[in-house]
Amino acid sequence: MAKMTMVEALNLALRQEMAQDDSVVLLGQDIGRDGGVFRVTDRLIDQFGAERVIDTPLAESAIVGMSVGMAIYGLKPVCEIQFSGFSYQNFHQLENHAARMRWRTRGRLTVPMVMRAPYGGGVRALEHHAESRETYWAHTPGLKMVIPSGPRNARALLVSAIRDPDPVIFYEGKALYRAFREEVPEEEETLPIGQANMVRAGDDLTIIAYGAMLRPALEAAEELREKDRLEAEVIDLLTLSPLDENLMVASVQKTGRAVIVHEAPGSFGPGAEIATRLMEGAFYFLEAPIVRVTGFDVIIPYFSREKSYLPSGPRIAAAARRTLRQ
Amino acid sequence: MGRKRLALPNNIDYLSILDENHTLDSALEPDIPEEVHRKMFRAALLGRRFDERMLDLQRQGRIGTFPPIKGQEAAQIGSVALLRDSDWLVPAFRETAAEIMRGRSMESVLLYYNGYNEGTIIPATQRDLPMAIPVASQTLHAVGLGLAVKYRKTDAVVMTFFGDGATSEGDFHEALNCAAVYQCPVVFVCQNNQWAISVPIAKQTHAATLAQKALAYGMPGIQVDGNDILAVYAATSEAVNRARQGGGPTLIECVTYRIMMHTTADDPKKYRSEEEVELWRRRDPLVRYEKYLLQKSIITESDRTALEEDVKKEIQSAIDTAELRMQELGDPLDMFDHLYANIPPRLQVQKTALADELENRDREDHHG
Repeated sequence: MAKMTMVEALNLALRQEMAQDDSVVLLGQDIGRDGGVFRVTDRLIDQFGAERVIDTPLAESAIVGMSVGMAIYGLKPVCEIQFSGFSYQNFHQLENHAARMRWRTRGRLTVPMVMRAPYGGGVRALEHHAESRETYWAHTPGLKMVIPSGPRNARALLVSAIRDPDPVIFYEGKALYRAFREEVPEEEETLPIGQANMVRAGDDLTIIAYGAMLRPALEAAEELREKDRLEAEVIDLLTLSPLDENLMVASVQKTGRAVIVHEAPGSFGPGAEIATRLMEGAFYFLEAPIVRVTGFDVIIPYFSREKSYLPSGPRIAAAARRTLRQ
Repeated sequence: MGRKRLALPNNIDYLSILDENHTLDSALEPDIPEEVHRKMFRAALLGRRFDERMLDLQRQGRIGTFPPIKGQEAAQIGSVALLRDSDWLVPAFRETAAEIMRGRSMESVLLYYNGYNEGTIIPATQRDLPMAIPVASQTLHAVGLGLAVKYRKTDAVVMTFFGDGATSEGDFHEALNCAAVYQCPVVFVCQNNQWAISVPIAKQTHAATLAQKALAYGMPGIQVDGNDILAVYAATSEAVNRARQGGGPTLIECVTYRIMMHTTADDPKKYRSEEEVELWRRRDPLVRYEKYLLQKSIITESDRTALEEDVKKEIQSAIDTAELRMQELGDPLDMFDHLYANIPPRLQVQKTALADELENRDREDHHG
């Protein structure tokens, strides 16, 4: 097995899917010769040509709208929006069309497309390049919303997303792209969409996180073990929609305490939905109020202040201690 | 150095072959097989009569809100008649006549305007998209289909419809630009009916024509008398052939008029004059076409009478079928189906909860 960054792992997923299925085509800005601004599509144009690795004009609505048309025809477009902060320009193509075509035509026309987009802060990027707005897509009936947390699951989930018969929004944490390497097998690997993963077992409390927030959640778990002799169970959601509630409900039934972490603003964020599912499934097991550690309800500040905005290991650990004192 | 006029293409043709005074430009008259004429006339007549009948049904409360097409039959039929079964149609929402000519059943239209999802089911063999209400966004699906056609190397053509209001939307710009960049086989048909609800074309654009917008994208554009079915047919024929032969997209502006209200929920008296409407009533595309066909003996007076009767019967039968069908449809639990290929667990829970609620309500009704 090769040790890969998330960028390399995503590249592998695209390369292998394109090689074995000629209906898989890529489109987006600068994805051809340039290989994408983060190099996720690096050198794919050499292998598959400009017909399948399509550089588009600077037009997000067109990228998604054309993908909808291509998917209806029977292709499997994987489009890249350069930064999720620009995906609002194509919001209506997903909300009004991609998400609804199967439902409107009672299964006759379908949109098996993937929209990939880098999201989130932590890499000292420019304005509009650091947001975390997964709620928009998770809120939209008809879409699936996937957020991997590392190279290996990113590769496996992207393969699953491409093969999925429904439109999938695939958010890639910019902070994860080159942060670390993981063993990624050359042979095919998929992960089911809609299934969370327990990455760390523990009996004292449950920390629920996803995407780039998984690492600070794990740091907090380590800190709690070292300083407080507490064992946190950590759950990586991997998919926000459809949300796998079974794993987290079972965990909270065991621990009685839950901390939910995301970098998106807290109000009306994914944490609100997650907390409700826990209330529905584990209310009588709760020993303390559920706590959320999220981005503040502000625009994510320019990068000189973004560290204070983003949930960190210590901030998560402090929240965990609060739930344990009750 | 210096300043000079660039040698850019800067001409837009206006095409009119059979004008409102029934004067025919024989030199430009397209060579249309009589069989095709009869098909087009039937489709235009059916479109008109169905529209009129739907307005009655709406006023009687037998269907919900719908957008009438009256006066726009030539723009729709003269263009869509050029498509093969293997071609794609990407409509907006005021192309009922075109959709029916392509094979959409009138039952489906009636189900849709009665609020049943079954009205957007596309028959398995038909390469049409369902009507699209969000303005202009469908034009990009046509470009995507065009890209797929190119990738799969078939000779299919994609035709998309939209109105004058749509040309103000960003998606219209993105669609024309991308179609031209990729030289996609897409024919953009603008039904310029001069009113986007209450906003007249003069407030929609400061440009002299909508057709000229094509030039900015590097594609051919043409403005035609949209109430002249011969002109629409001739311009579309040129565009479809060009697309089929790999010559890329075309923008066709059909200048027509929305004789009726935007939808049945709208009252145009609030914003436009009766005189203007009257002027356009006299330019009726159906009357013009009918007179032409009679003069050329492609149809006779008795054909026409028989056709009226035939169309009337077909419409009545569609209404009867649809109304019967509606009695069987409407299981609320259907709303959960076809959202995803496989129903997610949470959705199944909601579906079951609604099923229980409905069952309890039924039981209470029985005992109450």
